[in-house]
Amino acid sequence: MTDVLIVVALLLVAGAATAAVLNRDPVRQAPVLSFLGLALALLFTFLQAPDVALSQLAVGSAVTPLMILLTVRKVRRRPGGRRRRGQAGGP
Amino acid sequence: MSARVRLWVFLVGAAGFAVLFAVACFGLPAFGTVHHPYGVRAVHASLSHHTANVIASVNFDLRAFDTLGEETILFSAVLGTVVLLRQARDEHRKDPEPAVVHPRVRRFALLMLPLALLVGLYVIAHGQVSPGGGFQGGVVAATALHLLYIAADYRALERVRPLTLYEIGEAAGEVAYVITGLAAVLAGSAFLANVLPFGTFATLSSGGTVPVLNAAVGLEVVSGVVVLLARFLDQAVEIEEPDDGSPRGAGNSGDDEDNGDDEDDERERA
Repeated sequence: MTDVLIVVALLLVAGAATAAVLNRDPVRQAPVLSFLGLALALLFTFLQAPDVALSQLAVGSAVTPLMILLTVRKVRRRPGGRRRRGQAGGP
Repeated sequence: MSARVRLWVFLVGAAGFAVLFAVACFGLPAFGTVHHPYGVRAVHASLSHHTANVIASVNFDLRAFDTLGEETILFSAVLGTVVLLRQARDEHRKDPEPAVVHPRVRRFALLMLPLALLVGLYVIAHGQVSPGGGFQGGVVAATALHLLYIAADYRALERVRPLTLYEIGEAAGEVAYVITGLAAVLAGSAFLANVLPFGTFATLSSGGTVPVLNAAVGLEVVSGVVVLLARFLDQAVEIEEPDDGSPRGAGNSGDDEDNGDDEDDERERA
């Protein structure tokens, strides 16, 4: 039974990781990475490493994707900063 | 040192490492056997110090000094982020406009917030008994606070998050770890040795210094992750780029953090 769960989790990890590599858009990569974190957490749980699974769940599927999204937002706004030139002096 | 000498130094070092590594690998016990020399010793040491979670015992008792190094890495990383992402002289803050949140999202996030916070604190407090500990629980609790950003908006998050307090908290967590180690020295033992009474096995008060060190790491990680995400959120939501695309710091050298002056400058240029 455990072997089946491990194989399923391994396949999920491989699938999610491949999807993360094939996705070129960072905004789409973030949720895929989040799912990869979840799959890795499941794998670690089945391999009887709950401590690592907890870290993976919190960092890999919540904090890292959030930081990627925030960075993308900041970088994408750069040309927008120039566009807003007219509004800067507004009320 | 020329490129050729450097290459030779590298090759000699690599060859030496390869030999030592190969010898060490042949000395290892076979893979996947029933007998685990390190595991047996770690479990024995953990049980003798009344720590039910062997991982916590390894991290905060057997190798507490290693964990101090790891904690310092996190501390330095957050410090580096704070320095790199601080507001530059020619950037200015702009209040973000509150967005409309779907009531169902709001209700779900507000319901999950106390639950996630409680789980985080539980995981920190039970590090010596069950899986988890300061790092894991700390990240969960810090992430839980940010549900407020999803439920309400950035202003609401800022109100519950006095950043200076968290910056102090981060440093205090790091210092508390070192002080716990020094206390052991004062008690006549080695740095970071487990000198407290071990307590009753598998209860909250077991493990000696393990729960104390877990609490220190928990404080550091909660504060560190909150400060880290705050800097990223600041950059993404509040801080605006200079409008004219001039090199940083050029032009307006008179105003340090004065946003009002910045606005005036832009008006003049526009």
